[in-house]
Amino acid sequence: MALELADIVLRVGAATYLYSMSLRLEPGALTVVLGATQSGKTSLLRIMAGLDAPTSGRVLMDGADVTRVPVRRRDVAMVYQQFINYPSMTVFGNIASPLALRGAPNIDSRVAELARKLHIDAYLDRLPAELSGGQQQRVALARALAKSAPLTLLDEPLVNLDYKLREELREELAQLFAASDSTVVYATTEPTEALLLGGFTAVLDAGELLQYGRTADVYHHPKSIRVARAFNDPPMNLVEARAVAGGIVFRDGLRLPLRVPAAAESGLTVGVRASALRVSPRPGDITIEGDVQLAEISGSDTFVHAATAIAPLVAQLTGVHRFDLGARVNLHFQPTESYLFGSNGELLLAPDRAAHLH
Amino acid sequence: MRRIAQHTCTDMARIDLDLAHSYKPLPARDADYALLPLAMTFDDGGAYALLGPSGCGKTTMLNIISGLVAPSQGTVRFDGEDVTSRTPQQRNIAQVFQFPVIYDTMTVAENLAFPLRNRRMPAERIGQRVGVVAEMLELTAQLPQRAAGLSADVKQKISLGRGLVRNDVSAVLFDEPLTVIDPHLKWQLRRKLKQIHRELKLTLIYVTHDQVEALTFADQVIVMTHGRAVQTGSADQLFERPQHTFVGHFIGSPGMNFLDAEIQGDRLRIDGVDLQMTADSIAALSQAGRVTLGVRPEYVTVSDSARPGAMSAQVVKAQDIGTHWMVTGKIGERVVRARVSSGAAVPGAGDTVWLGLLGPHTCFYKDDRLLA
Repeated sequence: MALELADIVLRVGAATYLYSMSLRLEPGALTVVLGATQSGKTSLLRIMAGLDAPTSGRVLMDGADVTRVPVRRRDVAMVYQQFINYPSMTVFGNIASPLALRGAPNIDSRVAELARKLHIDAYLDRLPAELSGGQQQRVALARALAKSAPLTLLDEPLVNLDYKLREELREELAQLFAASDSTVVYATTEPTEALLLGGFTAVLDAGELLQYGRTADVYHHPKSIRVARAFNDPPMNLVEARAVAGGIVFRDGLRLPLRVPAAAESGLTVGVRASALRVSPRPGDITIEGDVQLAEISGSDTFVHAATAIAPLVAQLTGVHRFDLGARVNLHFQPTESYLFGSNGELLLAPDRAAHLH
Repeated sequence: MRRIAQHTCTDMARIDLDLAHSYKPLPARDADYALLPLAMTFDDGGAYALLGPSGCGKTTMLNIISGLVAPSQGTVRFDGEDVTSRTPQQRNIAQVFQFPVIYDTMTVAENLAFPLRNRRMPAERIGQRVGVVAEMLELTAQLPQRAAGLSADVKQKISLGRGLVRNDVSAVLFDEPLTVIDPHLKWQLRRKLKQIHRELKLTLIYVTHDQVEALTFADQVIVMTHGRAVQTGSADQLFERPQHTFVGHFIGSPGMNFLDAEIQGDRLRIDGVDLQMTADSIAALSQAGRVTLGVRPEYVTVSDSARPGAMSAQVVKAQDIGTHWMVTGKIGERVVRARVSSGAAVPGAGDTVWLGLLGPHTCFYKDDRLLA
């Protein structure tokens, strides 16, 4: 199903929740709506679903204007943060409900198949209250999938689960979405989740749609500082700089040999991803000295927060590394791995990706 | 300041647990226990985390240490003395909960001073101590303000301050204290807690289901599952040498890859393919028979031709995770993930690759326990 938003705006009282935006979702694909809390994700999903109408602008489904068509007359499945199920129905009844409603054939086998895919086939006779949070959300997901709606909307469906459950369920969902024809919209605050889900990503910030494209393209080519900040965890390291002959200079005089577009002069910002900073040097590196503020360990990675002369920086190192608070650390990176943003915040230069592949 | 802290920390205690707990009157099976029989020591001045999914027993253990729950069998000892039947007050425990516990009508300074006033500390000492803790938590500017109008972040910092202000406690216990903190501020509070631990040398015990929280904060992390403490260790021990398959699975995103294997002399058979083991592995494993091989995605190598210690696999997908690539392959029916750095060549879905499984970081398990 092709969903298109044309110049939609959402105002509530004096406040603008969504600034004018247009978006044509890739039919049959997964689109991640990525943004921080309060960025407008839920407002946007509610308009897509037909739960709310935009203040102005149009919503088109397969070319037909559905802006004022309420949700019950649209064919949409939705999953929320909270685990919402019919409390008095069994798990079977919950999953079967959308099928029963439209008088679908082979309900038993369809429910059994979905329950098996979501690993809740052992609980079909139980009530939702007798299940763990993770299992309850699996029931809600199974019901949404049972609907086989051409449009499936998920609003941070995994946020209330432990991270291991989240990891597992995200993987399973990605597989189920890939196998279905439904156009799927998945809202999340987590950049890593967007990257793991793949597909397409729309970046929202403070009610504005900043960028839409293939997830990996948006990540590697953020149009602006705002996108780079929103689509990176930890946020991209940003350092003020100005252009001089043959490159870029930081506040403390450190020089980067970069091809700077002619238009750029002062008020520039250099962006370096946490993963581009290393503690082991390579030839051609720029080196920045710092004091360790904290080493955060995620299990697979260590995030070293360091105070330096140019800015506070975060380096992402693979595996577990120990640093004492206050320890000296040298952070190294290749100048070619830096991003450059102009004084208006727009991208001037991104690392060459082709060089990294094959 | 450090001298003051060490000087006055005479009440700190080593905590020994030798107990089990069931919420049922007549526990029969393992599943009836919230905590299976365990013996554990928390050293004086250490920073500990209890880490595990919900229902693993970590909160029960914290409540038994504090005295909110009496264990159904066994003892809790502080410095060798049996305190099993004592209340939290008698045990001299400070606690910080998920949500702020403060007096809205008091100022920040009065809130921080409250636990000290209760102990009838001289006013001058109270002022000094409140000043130190406020400084560490960056609350100095807010000391004269009423707590009522402050944000949830600041209120939780006050709660942390109230937990840390007394230096005569046996231990400070934290139950998921950063839940209400904005994600972008979390690292700063984690840093504060580490600094405070270093400076005050308090015994801190921290309960969380979040691996980042536990691994960042604690010197020793106790990983729990189904009422059992399966490993106590530092972050790198849990990452490099998980003593239990659950630790390999739970630590790391994604966790360790596991494959069924069988030892046959100096060879390891996986899915009908024989791999030559290293001399070290042979010595440790020769009699083990059926085992489970565990290797983290960070240590699986990917190559396009056969190599010793590698098995051929079908690539199911290759994901660009931004900072690196995640290659998912199938060896027979088993899924194996490999983390490939962005600089390396990345295979595509459907390709046949060789996944290197044997190396210095490969672990072997029998009945979920580490063999070698």
